[in-house]
Amino acid sequence: MTKLLETHDLHVYYGQNEALKGIDLSFDEGGITALIGPSGSSKSTYLRTLNRMNDLIPNVTITGTIKFRGQDVYAPQTDLVTLRKEIGMVFQQPNPFPFSIYDNVAFGLKLAGEKDHERLDQVVETSLKQAAVWDEVKDHLHESALSLSGGQQQRVCIARVLAVSPQIILLDEPTSALDPISSSQIESTLLKLRTDYTIITVTHNLQQASRISDRTAFFMNGEIIEVDDTKKIFMNPAHKQTEDYISGRFG
Amino acid sequence: MVRAVYVKRGQVMNKKLQEQLLKRSKAAKMERFGKTISFLALMLITVTVFAIIIFVASKGLSTFVTNHVNIVDFLTGKNWNPNVTDSKGQPEVGALPMISGSFVVTILSALLATPFAIGTAIFMNEISPHRGAKLLQPVIELLVGIPSVVYGFIGLTVIVPAVRSVFGGSGFGILAGTFVLFVMILPTVTSMSVDALRSVPRYYREAALALGATQWQTIYKVVLRSATPGILTAIVFGMARAFGEALAVQMVIGNAALLPTNLVSPASTLTSVLTTGIGNTVMGSLQNNALWSLALVLLIMSLIFNLVVRMIGRKGAMSK
Repeated sequence: MTKLLETHDLHVYYGQNEALKGIDLSFDEGGITALIGPSGSSKSTYLRTLNRMNDLIPNVTITGTIKFRGQDVYAPQTDLVTLRKEIGMVFQQPNPFPFSIYDNVAFGLKLAGEKDHERLDQVVETSLKQAAVWDEVKDHLHESALSLSGGQQQRVCIARVLAVSPQIILLDEPTSALDPISSSQIESTLLKLRTDYTIITVTHNLQQASRISDRTAFFMNGEIIEVDDTKKIFMNPAHKQTEDYISGRFG
Repeated sequence: MVRAVYVKRGQVMNKKLQEQLLKRSKAAKMERFGKTISFLALMLITVTVFAIIIFVASKGLSTFVTNHVNIVDFLTGKNWNPNVTDSKGQPEVGALPMISGSFVVTILSALLATPFAIGTAIFMNEISPHRGAKLLQPVIELLVGIPSVVYGFIGLTVIVPAVRSVFGGSGFGILAGTFVLFVMILPTVTSMSVDALRSVPRYYREAALALGATQWQTIYKVVLRSATPGILTAIVFGMARAFGEALAVQMVIGNAALLPTNLVSPASTLTSVLTTGIGNTVMGSLQNNALWSLALVLLIMSLIFNLVVRMIGRKGAMSK
């Protein structure tokens, strides 16, 4: 059976500097995978390679294969537009556009040429509900998204990704710029989404990884040290380095 | 014994510290000096600006106060000939031809320059930032630095004959003026548009691309939309420059104080009438006062342009 997403012998170089040193990792459908590891362990690089956001950086070289439902993501004929719709991304800093909340969520659909207002209204509502922010914003959908709090902005960003109905959602430290209450709201949002979407999240917050993820991959210096069920990683890691990191001896 | 030494030492130090605290240090003196100098500079500029406004206003208003010209007649009259009095015994000082001439060349040149400026800015900032910065930036800076008389001279020798051979007539007129102003305001509008695009945060672009937008969709739907207040400011600045430009326009517009009926017959602007007329009138005469009134109109217009820029800026800041 082909995996939903698999990377094989993935190397990424920034100029001469090797950031990822041969990553083999695959993802099945559904569930949350957390990528943890100390700063500079290239977990964000790995994440950004999956939807080819690293293409934007000059001097980057990528070798190895990434397959999304068996299709080579880095094949020259791969359509970036479709790929990035299927593999959505939420960033570290909440980054809603300086438009209304409605326009933010409807952005992806409008790009795809959707003009039917009823359908747009409907998708905006379902997406905001899925992102658990509907009740807070439903009365001012046409106000600027920038007037919201950081946590609300981040959930609107999640809704914006959900609106184009991706299969995979990548999150790059989605709560590190937020206060604890907003963070826990994001976490419960993700827990609700984990049955319908495949979620891959980078996090510096070990408690968060243990609370929400089903599987955890531990990165260090551009390599995967260990990947296993989250319970196993946190209770009974196989490697000394993992144990040291989990118990806070470094990182 | 030891304690006594400490007490003694403490007393000496207290005294020394007291002296130091009460004496103004060198750094404090320098700070006072610097503050005074910058305050004086600010005062000088403020006084100059207000002096100019008051002077122009008093001179410009004397047409209406001393020479009893009706202000509505001045703004709507179609005949400009201050040496002649009309049938009612009123001097012919209708400024409408110049006011409309100024507005028409300003708006036309802005309309023409805006698409080019935005296109260039997009190329420089989004499509080819590297080459843009290396090649186009110096070109634009050079264009800003060319004196307006040079533009006027080129307009006179190239544009006016070209207009003449294509559209007929003398070649002098609003169209020639528009072309010259277009080239003159293009660098201003472009470089300010580049600044506007540059101030759009990188993460807006990332977010759009991550949602499956193409580069053009990102530029069109996110970058340009976010940069709209900045681009509007750029256009208004360009218009202010076009409105106030005197020499180059005067050289190509034909300087006939007639209401413009088409784009290729001689016309005039507020500035062109001012530059041609100011040396030929006697201070305090009606002819002279009427010119000051034109200058007052110009001044008020540039104040309005400034206000518009500020308003756009404030609105842009609010939506952020």
